Amino acid sequence: MTEPLVRVAGLHKSFGSLEVLKGVDLEIGAGEVVVVFGRSGSGKSTFLRCINFLEDPTMGTIEVAGIKIAAGSPTRFRRKQIQSLRKTCGMVFQQFNLFPHMSVLDNVMEAPRRISGDSAKDVKDHAMALLADVGLADKAAEYPIRLSGGQQQRVAIARALAMKPQVMLFDEPTSALDPELIHEVLSVMRSLAKDHSTTMIVVTHEMGFAREVASRMCFFHEGVILEQGTPEMMFDGSRLPETQRFLNAVM
Amino acid sequence: MSNTPTVEAVPHQRHGLAESLEIASLKVPFRIKVALVWLVIGGLLLIGFLKSGFDIAWMGDHAAAIVKAVWVTIAFSIIAIACAVGLALLGALGRVSRNPIAYGVSGFYTSFFRGTPLIVQLFLWYLALPQLALGLLPEQYATWFIWPAQVAGIVGIAFNYGAYMTEIFRSGIEAVPHGQAEAAAALGMSSGQQMRRIILPQATRIVIPPTGNEFIAMMKDTALIGLLGTTLMWADPFRMAQLSGKADFRNLEALIAAALVYWGLTAVFSIFQRKLEERMGRGYVRQSKAKT
Ligand SMILES: Nc1ncnc2c1ncn2[C@@H]1O[C@H](COP(=O)(O)OP(=O)(O)O)[C@@H](O)[C@H]1O
Ligand SMILES: [Mg+2]
Repeated sequence: MTEPLVRVAGLHKSFGSLEVLKGVDLEIGAGEVVVVFGRSGSGKSTFLRCINFLEDPTMGTIEVAGIKIAAGSPTRFRRKQIQSLRKTCGMVFQQFNLFPHMSVLDNVMEAPRRISGDSAKDVKDHAMALLADVGLADKAAEYPIRLSGGQQQRVAIARALAMKPQVMLFDEPTSALDPELIHEVLSVMRSLAKDHSTTMIVVTHEMGFAREVASRMCFFHEGVILEQGTPEMMFDGSRLPETQRFLNAVM
Repeated sequence: MSNTPTVEAVPHQRHGLAESLEIASLKVPFRIKVALVWLVIGGLLLIGFLKSGFDIAWMGDHAAAIVKAVWVTIAFSIIAIACAVGLALLGALGRVSRNPIAYGVSGFYTSFFRGTPLIVQLFLWYLALPQLALGLLPEQYATWFIWPAQVAGIVGIAFNYGAYMTEIFRSGIEAVPHGQAEAAAALGMSSGQQMRRIILPQATRIVIPPTGNEFIAMMKDTALIGLLGTTLMWADPFRMAQLSGKADFRNLEALIAAALVYWGLTAVFSIFQRKLEERMGRGYVRQSKAKT
């Protein structure tokens, strides 16, 4: 088997005395789509945010695309390493978090323009191509506030892709959307997975999407991955009562 | 039929005078009434001045010098606000920093300069600093800290307002949602890039209205610089009014002229500030012009 693209080992995270992650291990190969699900408060967001060090792990190591960082104190060297690791991870947030003072195109171009070292023309061409991919080329000059939630989230996906990440992290990307806007975001994600073989970790409760796109599903429960397997195994095979109860509740 | 109440049933003649006045008054828009109130206040003041022997001819001869001195106020204010913005930016970055030196220095700065009177600070820069410098440094360096009144005055005002504006800028920075810095960090931007490119531009929009208010207050407080004894060349309207008013026993005329200058200046700037705020709304207003 080839080297995994993402390797999480012995990940613990506490907020003060509250232990949120209690030892998570996960290896993800290139091209895999891993869907993470579980009850609210089970630590899914914290897990995702530890992967790109938006939260500093209390214990454990994270490795993405050959950059391996252990839990530790924020020295100058470690901050640099974290920054390089972040360039290999695109992240999409539940609340979009677009930059409201920039046009859609500038949102997408901002990071590559500052840190990729590509020429201005390449950055712009790439950004326009990404906006076309998510179906928003005609909105390049708009400001985010004038877009619908679904459009904003698609811009956020294009923005995350602009740094040419090796893995995409999605934290409940459709949870803040009106029901009729969910499918446009899911279809962009579906195309990323199927047409571009993008490696993705997706926290979501959209079980239809999971069944269709996921190569693996991980059930989070009280800070650990309680059970994992292919969608077939999760939906149809034998499984733990906690997983069963949760799936019955969301489907 | 006959006892159905109608509007015409009440004959016009029955209105009392008070009632007619009230009805007439209701037809006059509120703005017009307010304008009339201002006119009346102005008229009464004018009559009062004229009765008191207000010397309009003297005003004609001397007001020009007082009005022209507005350029000193404008120059003082622009230099001081530029310095104050720089100090406040540094101060605010210190207040949100986790570096103990930056946090400590900015905390000391805001505490001292907000905790002591401005007029005392002005004299500290003008009179106390040279003494301190002479006591500590060899003479050729100490003289660097002996400043003319207008320099000490501008520095004093800039440090004082910078301290207040530090708190404005700090709260502006903290008002930018945390998700903004996170989104930038997740893209691999350094903390400096997050601050410069993402947080400060958004904080700027938040701090412009209160900063405009500080600027207006500052324009008026530049009048204090005259108390340090500026020379005629650097005399602002207040200092000019004091000098010429005292000389001719025309304090009322001179001080009124100076007050009007400051009043006009702040009125003009308030309009400018409103325009600026409208411009800064870009990207935050959902409906812009051509949307049909
Ligand atoms: N920054 C934080 N400080 C303190 N507690 C936190 C913080 N972030 C998350 N938590 C807590 O950690 C637990 C797991 O949160 P989260 O990872 O967001 O769960 P999920 O995404 O599965 O709903 C929750 O109890 C939450 O309150
Ligand atoms: Mg969550």
